[in-house]
Formats: sequence, structure tokens, C-alpha cells
Amino acid sequence: MINNVLPDEAPAVAALPRKRGRAIVVTSGKGGVGKTTTTANIGAALAAGGANVVLVDADVGLRNLDIVLGLEARVRHHVLDVLEGCATLDEALVTDKRVPSLRLLAAAQTREKDDVDTAAFRDLIGTLRDRFDYVLIDCPAGIEKGFANAIAGADEAIVVCTPEVAAVRDADRVVGLLGDDRRVTLIVNRLRPALVRKGKMLSVDDVNDILHLPLLGVIADAPDVIVSTNRGEPVALDPASTVGEAYRAIALRITGALTDAPEIPREQTFFTKLFGGRS
Amino acid sequence: MFDFFNRMFGQKPSSETAKERLRLVLLSDHLSLAPDVVESLKRDLIDVISRYCEVDTANCDVTFERQDKRIAMLANIPILGMQRPTPPPPNSGEPPAPKPRKPPGSANRRRRRKGTVAQGAPRPQPT
Repeated sequence: MINNVLPDEAPAVAALPRKRGRAIVVTSGKGGVGKTTTTANIGAALAAGGANVVLVDADVGLRNLDIVLGLEARVRHHVLDVLEGCATLDEALVTDKRVPSLRLLAAAQTREKDDVDTAAFRDLIGTLRDRFDYVLIDCPAGIEKGFANAIAGADEAIVVCTPEVAAVRDADRVVGLLGDDRRVTLIVNRLRPALVRKGKMLSVDDVNDILHLPLLGVIADAPDVIVSTNRGEPVALDPASTVGEAYRAIALRITGALTDAPEIPREQTFFTKLFGGRS
Repeated sequence: MFDFFNRMFGQKPSSETAKERLRLVLLSDHLSLAPDVVESLKRDLIDVISRYCEVDTANCDVTFERQDKRIAMLANIPILGMQRPTPPPPNSGEPPAPKPRKPPGSANRRRRRKGTVAQGAPRPQPT
């Protein structure tokens, strides 16, 4: 499976007009649960698997997707430039050199969420769907205007939730707000298997007993993610990383190539700690 | 070591506490009910049933479950016997006063449970 998604094996970008791709919003309600990291890694894994992917940062005013992807130095225009006609879509899209079929549309950093017109943003997502297989939208925290904008053009949603009471409560609220028309799936993020075993952390089942969503994947709370974010290299592109493998499995589940139930991360043993760690 | 002592003294794992708190708070989120209202609903339910039969109040379990988009109330109220020491008077319009009908000890138990809830359950911020 790893071999399928290595960046150097990604096929060249084919500019196919009018393809009606899937628009998926990554949301959570609560902040700090890992929406941006999840968006970046799923996008990287999908693109490395051969899909044409655009990541849209809908967090206007708190732009972060660019820095998590390591593309911050190459952003020239942002989503509001495009919406206001100051730049064309092609000028604003940043191509990831590691995976050329991955593109980023950055958020405006010095503007506010209220500056974005919901209908215009929905239309923009529609335009992107005509050009890309996958449009992943990184939703801001909260349930206000930024949330409304981010979900407007999406017909699917991935809810990211950590095994914490506040995150589960907010995720439950967000699921209600997403309505019945969207396909909603769940990623449980930052699971610590050792704590679950000791009864000190909610398990994946505990979380999903409340949320009742199809489980797309479970991501362990691992140092790999922090290290890769420090470097601006999505962990999904690291063939040796277990967490990267989990993100790649999520990507395959999104495409439909993988249909079995997601693997729940296991506890780190002495052996895996000794040989699995990276700095 | 702490885990061992906690288990010795019957303290629940914190994940169990988290689950229960979540269940209660989401119920009140969904029904727009305050958590203490849910708790009094439980108490009243047990009170009403114990007017007609002898209820094992210590082992009553009233929970709420989300089933798809709806909420279901599941009550498991063990009945010790159908014959009460003083059966409710037939055809009485007014509900009989529950106080003299309670089996000895149950009032205490109930008060104790109420105390636990008042300390443990999160209360919504006044809006």
C-alpha cells in the first residue's frame, strides 16, 4: 500500500476540464483538535495516490494550512483575492512541489471571516470541483460565519474529534448543524491507547457511541505528527511512519479503495519505541 | 499504584465518569433541559412507580440513549414486590403523598444521590 502513494510515483497532473469532484469539509466545532493537520495529510495522501486535489483554507484571519504544508513562503494570493477579482484562480493556487497534483488555496490572513460572502464561496468551491477530483476545505473552529462559509459548498464532511468531553460535545453540535443532506464521517484524532487501556481516556467506541458516525480512521497521538508539522512536511508522505500509514488508509477509504473497518492504534511497546521514533 | 488504590476503594475510571457526564450534558443539549431537570425527572419517575409497587431504589437505572436522530429514555427499575405495605387508595383523584409510602431507608438513599449529582454534574452557565 505504501508503494502506491509515494510522491515520486504520483502521476503527472492531468488538467481534465469539468470533472465534478467531491467537496469535503473537515470540521470539528472545537478548536485545536487537529483539523488543519488532518486536512493537510488527507490531501497529501490523496494526491500522492494519484488524485488531483485542492486544499482550501477557509480559516480567514487565522491562516494555517500553508504553514502546516510547508508552503507558506510561496503563497502570493489568497481566497479573497480570487473572490474579489484581484487574482485569477490559477494565480492563487500554490502547487506542492513534492506532490504536484496537490494544490493549496490559502486563506487571507489580514481579513475577517465576515468579509467572505457565503454564496460566492460556495460558487468558488463549485468551480474547483469542476477542475479537481477532491476539494478539501479546512473549516475554522466555531459555528459562526466561517463555519457557514466552509460547509456551504461541501456535500461531504469529515468530523475530527479527540477523545475528550469538550471535543465530543462540540462534534455532536456540529453534526447537528451539518444537517442530513451531507455524508458525514468521523476521524478520532490523538488517541492514546495506553490511557484507554487504563480507563483514563475515552475509547473510540465511547466517542462513537455518542456521535454514531461511520468511522473513517483513528490517528494516534504520536510524536511523528509534531515533528512533521515542525518541518512542514505532511507525515502522510513519510512511508516509514505508522501515523502516515493511518492517513494513507483514510485516503484509500475516501476513494473507496479500502472498505474494511479502520485499525485502532495499538500501544507502543519497548520495541516500537526503540526503533519507531524519529526526531 | 494509585490505580490500584482507586480500584480498591471502588472509584470509577475517569473515562467512565467522562462518558456519564457526556451522556447527561448531550441529553440536556438536545432537549434544552438543564442537567438537574433530567435528574429530577429520574427521581420523580422512580417515585411514581414506587407508589404502586416496592422498588429496589438502590438499583434503579434510568438512562437516555440517542437512537439515530431521536432520544429514547430507558428505565430499568427492579420491582421487589407488587404488594405495598399500604396500597394506593382506589379512585383517588389526588396522587397520594409519597412520603409515608417510602420504604425505610429509601429517602436517605435518594437524598444522598441528589447530593452526588449536585457536586458532580456540570451546570450550564446562565445565559
